[in-house]
Amino acid sequence: MSRKQMPKRILVKGNEALAYGAVDAGLQCYFAYPITPQNEVPEMLSALLPEHGGAFVQAESEVGAVNMLLGAGACGVLAMTSSSSCGISLMQEGISYMAGSHIPGVIVNMSRGGPGLGDIGPSQGDYFQAVKGGGHGDHRNLVLAPSTAQECYDFMFMAFALAFAYRNPVMILGDAIVGQIKEPIRRTAPEGASTPEHLRSLVQDLRIEGYGARGENAPPRLLKSVYLAEGALAQRNRLLQQKYAAMRKDARYAGEELDDAELVVVAFGSIGRITSSAIRGLRKEGRKIGLFRPITLYPFPGEALRIHARGRRILVIEQNIGQMVEDVRLAVGGCDVAWHGIMPGLFIGANELVEPILQALKG
Amino acid sequence: MTSANDLRPRPGEKLVFDVNPVLNERVTHYCPGCHHGIAHRLVSEVLHELGVAHKTILVASVGCATFTYDYFNVDSVEAPHGRACAVATGVRRARPEAVVFTYQGDGDMAAIGTGESLHAANRGEKITAVFINNTVYGMTGGQMAPTTLVGQKTTTTIHGRNFSNEGGPIRLTEIMAQLQGVAYAARCSLDSVKHVKEAKKAVRRAFDVQLAGLGFGFVELLSGCPTNWHMTPTAANKRIATDMIPVFPLGVFKDVGAAEANAVKEPGNA
Amino acid sequence: MSRIVILEERCKGCRLCVEACPVKVVRPSGRFNRQGYEVVEMDGKCTGCASCAVMCPDAAIRVFKSAGKSREGAGA
Repeated sequence: MSRKQMPKRILVKGNEALAYGAVDAGLQCYFAYPITPQNEVPEMLSALLPEHGGAFVQAESEVGAVNMLLGAGACGVLAMTSSSSCGISLMQEGISYMAGSHIPGVIVNMSRGGPGLGDIGPSQGDYFQAVKGGGHGDHRNLVLAPSTAQECYDFMFMAFALAFAYRNPVMILGDAIVGQIKEPIRRTAPEGASTPEHLRSLVQDLRIEGYGARGENAPPRLLKSVYLAEGALAQRNRLLQQKYAAMRKDARYAGEELDDAELVVVAFGSIGRITSSAIRGLRKEGRKIGLFRPITLYPFPGEALRIHARGRRILVIEQNIGQMVEDVRLAVGGCDVAWHGIMPGLFIGANELVEPILQALKG
Repeated sequence: MTSANDLRPRPGEKLVFDVNPVLNERVTHYCPGCHHGIAHRLVSEVLHELGVAHKTILVASVGCATFTYDYFNVDSVEAPHGRACAVATGVRRARPEAVVFTYQGDGDMAAIGTGESLHAANRGEKITAVFINNTVYGMTGGQMAPTTLVGQKTTTTIHGRNFSNEGGPIRLTEIMAQLQGVAYAARCSLDSVKHVKEAKKAVRRAFDVQLAGLGFGFVELLSGCPTNWHMTPTAANKRIATDMIPVFPLGVFKDVGAAEANAVKEPGNA
Repeated sequence: MSRIVILEERCKGCRLCVEACPVKVVRPSGRFNRQGYEVVEMDGKCTGCASCAVMCPDAAIRVFKSAGKSREGAGA
């Protein structure tokens, strides 16, 4: 391909890539309350989205923002909010209601260190909150973990596709590194990306619009999560569980050098990327190490990991005090799983991962 | 028993009071004498008269009014407790052509959802909020509300609301009227025929300003809760007149539409 | 004469209509509906003013006004 034919590349932060990706995927409504380290998302969308005919509202709080998302999602439009850790905690009530009411929507969490106000450095401490539901009741969000600015852009398309396919909240879980790192991206829709028209059509039988849109005497519609009649809530939950079971086929991961690996390192997001650098260096020294990087944290790509883990040593590296390692252990059963944690808020280099990786390789 | 024949006008008769098709035929879950039923009827009549039910979206709240949507023939969405005005904001921005209203009690709108309510109002969201003030938490069994009168006994103020410990009742209409985004703010009462008829006009205005694109329409309806006031419905009605109205004065506190209409009518302002 | 029709299965016996009637022709009937509420009934000369229906929280009252004597009793 000649230089002229190459898709145009732009130099952007991960947060800016999210904003471009959202708009290019067909975003119609965006609601958010500012919080570091994701402020580029609302700042960019405040200008970009109205230019594309969409609605931007700076909410009074994350509680307000997620409920605006609920309202717009209930209308069947492509809607999104973004925040960071503490703000996502405030959104959990609304996310639970969305899950219980089959309402699609995208929630970006460019997480920060915690607990509490924590710091604005990198952290993967929101893994549990993101993949275990986070709010009250038995519900799940699909969770995508980008590791580069390009993935921030591309995953917006995937997020909307999954949100509308399953009529469920989808979370993009990044952190300060993914959000703030500046690198070139191709601003073109990923291959096979659905059009917004197609996505909207997926929920046309389950959106509020005014009954007149369906005919003069059409029965009114209701989106709700309260089921008080005997057995009704049980039935609702069975339906949700069926949906979550169906999501398993959408589990995704990126593998590097897994074929002959004696050690499989499992890491996601920014840490997955740094781990990849460390592994490439060690490969040059002839060490047989591979990387398994989950792209969907929920559904967790456990079946694929089980296959890759067979007969190998496993090391989980994550920037928290031990969260994803539980899902890895559940996935691989009897295998011995080593774990290396990085405290939230620290910026680490690939060189700092060499020692723990070599140790795990030795076993 | 009532027969179908009784419901047909006889020669020389005219049906002068009937329900409208926006209100469906379900018998409500509300207690005997509860004013939610009157408020529902007024809202349904206004939607019917405006001819907008087919494009109306109701955002329901949490409390006794959670099941409001069971009684209206309009599309509806349930909001988490207190968040109806935020949900309505999302609905409004997603569907600019729709008529959007919330129906909220005093706990929902004036306690847990104060932030969402005031900011939606302040943004001038083109929505209508119907606010039911009965000075008590009904659904949970009669606890103190933000609107509970000083001295009023509830299950969490068993010696009466004590101002030095719990503060006094919030007057939401007065607060709403101060906000630039609010186009209409009125407080009415459902305790008498005269007041109910006035309330109907206020509900109508609260929708008119939305339809005219003037801003947030707000109407507070003083209502009785005989069950949690431990009174007969008749006594509850009297309490509204004797105890509530002196604390919550009735009236139109703001009407941007009327001000504009009057300004145009005045000579020289055309 | 004007009249009201009580939809008895809707009536919850709250008696706000009894209180609202300016000519006192609505009263408890002594009959109970399936929900167990004592329903009201009309007894006497109704003016068709609809005050009872305006106050009814349960949309249980329909009002028929006699065209011939529409002013009878008005303002009572």
